[in-house]
Amino acid sequence: MDSIFFGRRALLAGGAGLAAAAAGRGAAAQGAPIRIGELNSYSRMAAFCIPYRNAMQMAAEQINAAGGVMGGRRLEFIFRDDGATPGDAVRVAEELLTRENVSFIAGTFLSNVGLAVADFANQRKRLFFATEPLSDAITMAQGNRYTWRLRPSTFMQTRMLVEAARGRTQKRWAIVAPNYEYGQSAAANFKRLIGGAIPGAEIIAEQYPALGRVDAGATVGALAQARPDAIFNVLFGPDLTAFVREGNTRGLFERRFVLSLLTGEPEYMIPLGDETPEGWVVTGYPWEQVEGAEHRAFVEAYRARFNDTPRKGSLLGYVTVQVLANMLNRANSLDNEVLVDTLRDLRTETVVGNVTMRGIDQQGSMGTWVGETTQRNGQGTMRNARYADGADYMFPEEEVRAARRA
Amino acid sequence: MSVEFSFLLVQALSGLASASSLFIIASGLTLVFGVTRIVNFAHGSFYMLGAYVAVSIVPWLLQIERSPTLFFVGVLISACVVGVLGVVMEILLLRRIYKVPELFQLLATFGVVLMVQDAVLYFWGPLDIAGPRAPGLRHGVMILDQRFPAYELFLIAAGPVVLGLLWLLMHKTRFGILLRAATRDRDMVGALGVNQALLFTGTLFLGAFLAGLGGALQIPRVSASAQMDLSIITEAFVVTVIGGMGSIGGAFLAALLIGQLQAFGVLIFPKITLVLVFLLMALVLVVKPWGLLGRPESTAGHTALPEGIMQPRGFAAAEKLLLLLAVLAAASVPIFGDTYTIKVATEVLIFALAAFSLNFLVGNGGIVSFGHAAYFGLGAYASGLLVTKLGMPMEPALIAAPLAGGFFAALFGFFIVRLQGIYLAMLTLAFAQIAYAVCFQWVEVTGGDNGIVGVWPSTWAASRSAYHYIVLVAAMAGILALRHVIYAPFGASLRAARDSAQRAEAIGIDVRTHRWLGFTIAGAAAGLAGGLYAFSKGSIDPTLLGIPLSVDFLAMILLGGMQTVMGPVLGAAAFHSIKDIFMPLTDHWRFLLGASIIALVLIFPRGLGGAYAALRARFSGGAP
Repeated sequence: MDSIFFGRRALLAGGAGLAAAAAGRGAAAQGAPIRIGELNSYSRMAAFCIPYRNAMQMAAEQINAAGGVMGGRRLEFIFRDDGATPGDAVRVAEELLTRENVSFIAGTFLSNVGLAVADFANQRKRLFFATEPLSDAITMAQGNRYTWRLRPSTFMQTRMLVEAARGRTQKRWAIVAPNYEYGQSAAANFKRLIGGAIPGAEIIAEQYPALGRVDAGATVGALAQARPDAIFNVLFGPDLTAFVREGNTRGLFERRFVLSLLTGEPEYMIPLGDETPEGWVVTGYPWEQVEGAEHRAFVEAYRARFNDTPRKGSLLGYVTVQVLANMLNRANSLDNEVLVDTLRDLRTETVVGNVTMRGIDQQGSMGTWVGETTQRNGQGTMRNARYADGADYMFPEEEVRAARRA
Repeated sequence: MSVEFSFLLVQALSGLASASSLFIIASGLTLVFGVTRIVNFAHGSFYMLGAYVAVSIVPWLLQIERSPTLFFVGVLISACVVGVLGVVMEILLLRRIYKVPELFQLLATFGVVLMVQDAVLYFWGPLDIAGPRAPGLRHGVMILDQRFPAYELFLIAAGPVVLGLLWLLMHKTRFGILLRAATRDRDMVGALGVNQALLFTGTLFLGAFLAGLGGALQIPRVSASAQMDLSIITEAFVVTVIGGMGSIGGAFLAALLIGQLQAFGVLIFPKITLVLVFLLMALVLVVKPWGLLGRPESTAGHTALPEGIMQPRGFAAAEKLLLLLAVLAAASVPIFGDTYTIKVATEVLIFALAAFSLNFLVGNGGIVSFGHAAYFGLGAYASGLLVTKLGMPMEPALIAAPLAGGFFAALFGFFIVRLQGIYLAMLTLAFAQIAYAVCFQWVEVTGGDNGIVGVWPSTWAASRSAYHYIVLVAAMAGILALRHVIYAPFGASLRAARDSAQRAEAIGIDVRTHRWLGFTIAGAAAGLAGGLYAFSKGSIDPTLLGIPLSVDFLAMILLGGMQTVMGPVLGAAAFHSIKDIFMPLTDHWRFLLGASIIALVLIFPRGLGGAYAALRARFSGGAP
């Protein structure tokens, strides 16, 4: 039960670290601090959001210790729970802008929350750096000048997986996805793309269990009955664990090729434990295998600081701060119009390599890792993982223009 | 695609396994309701705790020896631990509030839900925890040509075994006989000298034990996660209601029905799980108002005085002054407050209208709605869709909001007002969930769960202050109109129908039509509030129709005091302020919110409005 008191210890460590940074190296960063409002579902989506916040704090401290941004000003994040509903989130965003005087806002996890905050930011003409929501709509049909997204979208991650399946021979596909926007749009993207990678591929069965309430037995039974050659899975979290266990016992995955979104992310992989299936092609984050000195330094600092391994959320939080710091340094202004213009095609060297905020759809080129699942010492991990650079998987430009004009 | 027999058989077995699990949980809920009449929201939390305790205890036991025996010993220990937690809740909380209105008890248990959610995150961390598989039951069993998990065969047997043991308990032991007696008439049981406190404590132990058992038995199938409480509680409620509240056999039947419908429903409609159970519940309640095996509530007709608004009084001079001050305060917010204060004040006004409309039903009409957010949300959707899809300006779109709320309230209300008590409440919930599912699923029109953005006011009303005044005027007009109805003969007729439907009928009041009209009016007012809310947020999405918002509204009227006319306004302000204060403070705001709700229930068992009325009575010497 290592994790029981982790939350509190991490908070204490975080507080101590902040204090140390403020006291010891206060001289390094001077001038009025730059305040950034960060709202997220820390309470509802804690598994992802807490490591995310940890890494953000760590990154901000490192930057401040090295002299801050914009010629010596401290970077300061004001964290708020967004209540995981659009209504609460919009109010919290307002609070951050008026009460806390933040320069701009970042964050959100759920797509509906992200879209509501994006529209709010557009109304208020303030920058909104959407970090986690995956919905394509944020940068496509409902994109606006003030909203930028870092993480690869549903479309991009689906495309990475479909590309990884190129050359396979499986033609009969079944889809299982949670019944909400993320699942529906991943399924729609998959249907659109799979024919291009595997000519003649057809979808022969689809299952859409309600999010968090998968009836695993019935779902696995229905999928098996269709006798697919391959399965595209979008379930994650508790639904995924239930689905994998049921599928393992019933032999659903035997001699079947499986593509699975997000399954390789530690958040969702750790609970699978010794039930992690062998040979699924997934997107994820095999943090222990990622090369590069900077990334390794990040992992070490994170482990030392929080006594835990980094999650996908940690990486995202860290890269977010790197991009934001770069933006502030380049802009050298807190005028939101200037910030937005600076973000356009901004290139940042991050721990995952170069990340460019593509101007046309305001989508970051941060990628993710694609590889096969396997087990090591009763724990799930990835093998043959390679970094798929987001830049190679974005929406075609003409499609962006068509979608964003509407 | 030909469908083979072996597949149908295995799919039916899958359905049976789910049904068994569901029954074990629901049986505890129905027992507790039968005896204590408490709608125990925290039952889902006990289920979750059962799973969390089991994933902590069982692996530890299995380290001693990987035997099936130790696995099940661990499961039983977990269930007992949870049973003890149920006893703790009974002694610390429920025992103090048996005398307060039933709805208040529901609110208190909801406070427990919030606290447990955060406590679980605190103690077990945010990551899902997968439990061990049951030793010896890990494998699959070949049934004809299909492989089926051995553990699920065990689960299929577990449900009937629990049913049998409960039957023995209920029929062969003194405790069980007392339980059955209390389910039929708990006042009589008390009058006959039975120690009610002990009986209730025992019931809570049994109920929580069953919930914990249900959770612990799931660990080989699902991982323990902090969201499992709310996902199970609605389903467990549906099972108990379809079966008939208090009927264990009914719960078993209902669980079987749901399990099979689910197993075969997904073959035809792969998205059905979202709404299936609610469709079934609505259907059953429309046809059988007391569930499959439930009895008409024997207590109906001879209980203590009904809870709610008894004698609405006019405003005294001091209260007129207070009211004036409140209106002045609301009106001066844009002058003195920053934009955030204005935003919060606007929301408080909107929620005040919504809560007032709910109390118009609950306090004045005795019609407890668990799904009032549906009309709020439908009003918001009507406005939002008119603005974004048809390009209408704000003004006509706002007029459409109460029309939509009223229309759907009339439609659903036609079926709802035929029912009584908890069944009525659950039918409101069912319709609300069906409306929610439609908004969620009809992506082309409603934008699905992402909702629709761009619902902003007309230019002249775009500034925070201008919109605040619009809301102020609209909310006040709505509240005053509803208040007028409460004082009008129509309101008095609703109260008469609430207090005694038979007597009201006897003096010539058409009870059902009155209730139906009342429901429609309340729906229209909630719709107006929803429309106002949509323009204040700029977006609509299905959470506006969701259960959490309905529960928030209930919390507001209960905090404010459902016996008072103006209490809900106070409650809305109090509830929203509490949330607004705690949310920025800590990740654990839900814990603090839950604790405040419980504290308020304990300190002001008649709500803030009730406390004020008592205070006033003491000073003026008049009757409360």
